[in-house]
Amino acid sequence: MSATVDTTVNETLFDKIGGAPAVNAAVDIFYRKVLLDYRINRFFENTDMDTQMAKQKAFLTMAFGGPNNYTGTDMRNAHAQFIKMGLDDSHFDAVMEHLGATLEELNVPPELIAEVAAIAESTRNDVLNR
Amino acid sequence: MEHMPNLTFEEHDFTCQPGETVLDTLLRENCDIPNGCRQGVCQSCLMRSLDNAPSASAQLGLKDTLQQQNYFLACLCRPEQNMTIELPNQQGAWIEANVVKKQLLSPDILRLVLEYETEFHFFAGQFINLKRPDGLIRSYSIANIPHHENILEFHIRRLPAGQFSTWVHDELEIGMELTISQAQGSCHYLPGRAEQPLLLVGTGSGLAPLWGIVTDALVKGHSGPIYLYHGSRDPDGLYLEDEMREMAMEFENFQYTPCLSGDTMAADYARGRAHDVALSSAHSFKGWRVYLCGHPEMVNQTRKMAYLKGASLNDIYADAFHVASIEK
Repeated sequence: MSATVDTTVNETLFDKIGGAPAVNAAVDIFYRKVLLDYRINRFFENTDMDTQMAKQKAFLTMAFGGPNNYTGTDMRNAHAQFIKMGLDDSHFDAVMEHLGATLEELNVPPELIAEVAAIAESTRNDVLNR
Repeated sequence: MEHMPNLTFEEHDFTCQPGETVLDTLLRENCDIPNGCRQGVCQSCLMRSLDNAPSASAQLGLKDTLQQQNYFLACLCRPEQNMTIELPNQQGAWIEANVVKKQLLSPDILRLVLEYETEFHFFAGQFINLKRPDGLIRSYSIANIPHHENILEFHIRRLPAGQFSTWVHDELEIGMELTISQAQGSCHYLPGRAEQPLLLVGTGSGLAPLWGIVTDALVKGHSGPIYLYHGSRDPDGLYLEDEMREMAMEFENFQYTPCLSGDTMAADYARGRAHDVALSSAHSFKGWRVYLCGHPEMVNQTRKMAYLKGASLNDIYADAFHVASIEK
């Protein structure tokens, strides 16, 4: 098996998805889906759209396996105010749904979507403060 | 021997080391440059080249109008030639301009035309800072497109107790000299994608930059439909209506809709707030280019609604007119 040299072996998930340009394309689609979803949009409403966009970009960059400096504690602190507003698994699931649909729209191969979903899923307990 | 490019920043020269990005070089030299991800995602290290154009790879994800103005991300830029660079929103050099015309367009909106002699570059729709001799500064949008006469037109609304606007209306005279900044802002037209539908919404003197943008688009051969909505509470707040209607007659792809949100009922006007009328005019704005100028609340709300109705945020150009809070 080791006889074939895989030149893409060192390519990260972030590179395979398309790096920063892919994040830019995805954020436009993803954030619109989130804002239009009555189940969760109250958590994302903000008078400053640019600030919200930047946050979504940071989230997508992390989920795409890109450079980030998120820690579990950051996740907990950032979402603490939403826990008080009733944030639970159903909302987390809705975001996961939009993340998957966004990547499908961008024709990202299913195996890469699964990798992204796994990274996003790994933040669930921190986001929901468990 | 390989010659490494030089960066000129705030009047200092720095030599890039092999493989360094602009951000690496500046941080190594202890310059204070905002930065975050260093991968071209967060865009905190936005800078601008004043001479040589940055490579396209250093402009990934930036708005097209910013790319045109040689903005780039310092963390992505490995310079191949010398560059003189600055951080965004620098005022640039002030120049002198003379008042050549004052004309009342409506009871409270004045057309002010200035002539300049120094070399000056701008895009229709950008704004500049006007400085009164005593140093008071206000931002106003340019209403005309660049042409050989070296003039700049502004629409200046008299604000209740507005220090600057009152002075322009009542005291500024033909022949007097004003100081003006370099043109700023990224709310302007760019050629390319000429078939794209354009939606422009403005309130009050927000018509000024939009008029410049429409004129620019038509002159540059924009072939897609162009819809301009200008709104005011009552008919006195609308102006240049005849010019707009004439332009709509002349150009088949340009449509002008004046909107009145007050109680006045009149033919030839749409009833309601300009952005409501505009947003309900199409089912989807996917693939459209959108320009919004005027009241900050209108601009922010319309930006969000146009985005939710399908316009890409990169295709929405907005210029919110903030009234100086210290005005007395």
